[in-house]
Amino acid sequence: MDFELNEQQLLMRDSAREFAQKRLAPFAREWDEAEEMPKEVLAEMAELGYFGMLLPEAYGGLGLDPLAYILALEEISKANAAVEITLSVHNSLACQAIVTYGTEEQKKKYLPRMAKGELLGAYCLSEPDAGTDAGGLKTKAVKKGDCYVVNGTKNWVTNADFAGIFVIFVKTRPELGREGISSMLVERNTKGFAVGEKEKKMGLKCSDTRETYLSGAEVPVGNLLGQEGQGLKIAFSLLNIGRVGVGAQALGIAEAAFAEALKYSQQRVAFGQPIANFQATQFKLADMSTKIEAARLLVYKAALLYERGEDAAAEVSMAKVYASEAANWVTNEALQIHGGYGYVKEYPVERYFRDARVTEIYEGTSEAQKIVISRSILKKS
Amino acid sequence: MYLEKKYNDFRARIRGFAERVIGPHAAKVDETGIYPPELFAAMGKEGYLGMVVPKEYGGSGFEFLEYVMAVEELSRVCGSTGLSVAAHNGLGSSPIVRFGTEAQKKKYLPDIACGKKIASFGLTEPQAGSDAGNTQTSAARAKGGWKISGTKCWITNASFGEVFNLTARTDPYSKGPKGISAFIIERGWKGFSSGKKENKMGLRGSDTAFLHLDELFCPEENMLGQEGEGFKLFMMTLDNGRVAIGAMALGLAQGALDSAARFANERQAFGQPIAAFQAIQWKLADMATQIEASRHLVYHAARMKDLGLPLVKEASMAKLFASEAARFVTYQAIQILGGSGVSARFPVERMYRDMKLCEIGEGTSEIQRIVIAREILSGVENLFGGIVAGKLS
Repeated sequence: MDFELNEQQLLMRDSAREFAQKRLAPFAREWDEAEEMPKEVLAEMAELGYFGMLLPEAYGGLGLDPLAYILALEEISKANAAVEITLSVHNSLACQAIVTYGTEEQKKKYLPRMAKGELLGAYCLSEPDAGTDAGGLKTKAVKKGDCYVVNGTKNWVTNADFAGIFVIFVKTRPELGREGISSMLVERNTKGFAVGEKEKKMGLKCSDTRETYLSGAEVPVGNLLGQEGQGLKIAFSLLNIGRVGVGAQALGIAEAAFAEALKYSQQRVAFGQPIANFQATQFKLADMSTKIEAARLLVYKAALLYERGEDAAAEVSMAKVYASEAANWVTNEALQIHGGYGYVKEYPVERYFRDARVTEIYEGTSEAQKIVISRSILKKS
Repeated sequence: MYLEKKYNDFRARIRGFAERVIGPHAAKVDETGIYPPELFAAMGKEGYLGMVVPKEYGGSGFEFLEYVMAVEELSRVCGSTGLSVAAHNGLGSSPIVRFGTEAQKKKYLPDIACGKKIASFGLTEPQAGSDAGNTQTSAARAKGGWKISGTKCWITNASFGEVFNLTARTDPYSKGPKGISAFIIERGWKGFSSGKKENKMGLRGSDTAFLHLDELFCPEENMLGQEGEGFKLFMMTLDNGRVAIGAMALGLAQGALDSAARFANERQAFGQPIAAFQAIQWKLADMATQIEASRHLVYHAARMKDLGLPLVKEASMAKLFASEAARFVTYQAIQILGGSGVSARFPVERMYRDMKLCEIGEGTSEIQRIVIAREILSGVENLFGGIVAGKLS
């Protein structure tokens, strides 16, 4: 085992930290309350290449290895987890969809603009009646001439308000069930495509989440991604790196909450001494940092396995489920250490606690991760 | 659980009221942070604002168990209502009922009991939270009374409450819990002001703000209990208050379980309702078991209060267990709902945010553990002539 980061990884981590602490962290509360992040910050991140982190340099990307990418996401999440998911969905789910499964023509058409942040991506798998059971999705695409005519509703779509390209999953042959699912690229200006109102969420309030509607949307057959019937396989394979990203996000939130709790426990005086002097507080800090360390190792290892191209679905799910549970546990303890101050918006732990919650839900609930993990264990035995 | 019929009838009545009158406002109250005064009026009319006030002073004279059931049922549909009502009854009227003079009772209780005047209390200060004995607010002798100066924080109902019981240090040379006295003060008095409303994670419809006291003159007859007794009286008040916070946690948990069970029955995945999956069934079983255990602890503590037994340990256990159970239950409810669980379209998102206060307010979970440990160890000392108990802080 090698625990050293290489030069590129260190550079990416440090530069992302510097940017995030300077340009994101100071405004996190303001954007959370406004439920919006300014467009300028997206432009700044575009300038830094954050919208093409995993894309090859040939398409204008940074060509990062997965661990360097994950380290950057972790740093961004420490400062603002809502910004992290905005980037993570674009990079892990949209860019990777095209770079992995797209034709050369599709890649040339979309990727350079995506890498520059001129064209943002979104990923549409969930539907109001198909979440964990993604194979039960109902959106239909019927081939008509050189187009698919698509009808259906997708929900919980991150970046829906400003994305220009949507990776959507539809049933091209409903009679085949899960095998009849295909993936296609839908451009925002497609006739019959629309997005709904911004969702009111518990956390990650400045990231954009909406339903999207396809009513007779005509998608050119050339926008099919991969082969017909491959859709669900594509969806789940993209979620691998997506889930490592959510793990990194959870890790970042937990680290930020821990740092605040540590600081507060050394400043806050009760019974004549800093509360860090009390053993109950000390043990909390010990447990928090142990969980963070374990989460970090699982997340980084998942990124390395992903890079090697091994079948790492189980390890990825372990990293996601553990890191997200740890983030919720750690933010809860950080809030307890703050007492009443932890419950109000003047202190960032209030936001960390809310932001952490969804990491156990999206890109597969913890229950969905456990299905993946247990299936892999039982298959091997 | 086993309860005599009259308690089940009582519960049915308040549940009906809560679902009909309060529930429909819960989401809006959370979103806007504005609590419609007509809801207080409606509760006043039903006697829910004078629950622990004896009938002779215009109250409902409920048993403590009934009061606790009412807080539970109100919280089941709206945590903000549960907290405001618990603060008004348990912290506002209760100390006057228990420790007030006849004149104080006659003067204040009738208006409080009918809801004409909303009440609350003020113990916590910016530098005195868990360490409540570190009270900095001072009361200096003045002609015919006291001049009180200081700041109280996290005060429920602060922006519109009319009557507040609060603590101040009457002996400037004292340190810690000794030398603190309690007073009944009124909003209209010179030197009284309240700060801006706190921007909280949850219970956003329940008002929380600072109280500032700037040389507020409080007449002698408004001292509550004896001089120097304030800290003790407030700790006794908190014993009761903690049972109510336990009830609030219980109600929030029950509300979340009800929502999750309904969702699990309706939501289809993999060709069947998700309630058909063992993972979901076990979650529901664990949630219901936690709730049942909480209910036993909370009702047991309430019963001890009704019987006049000391309940320091039992109150802390009820609050500690019920609030941690509420965290577990609301957490699992969100998991069962998936994406809908973190969306404001469903009430569990709100319940999860509301729940978190139960582990903080009226003594954090950490403080409850200190209280429980002290109670246990003081017993040990008696048995073995030991030495540890006095060392606990």
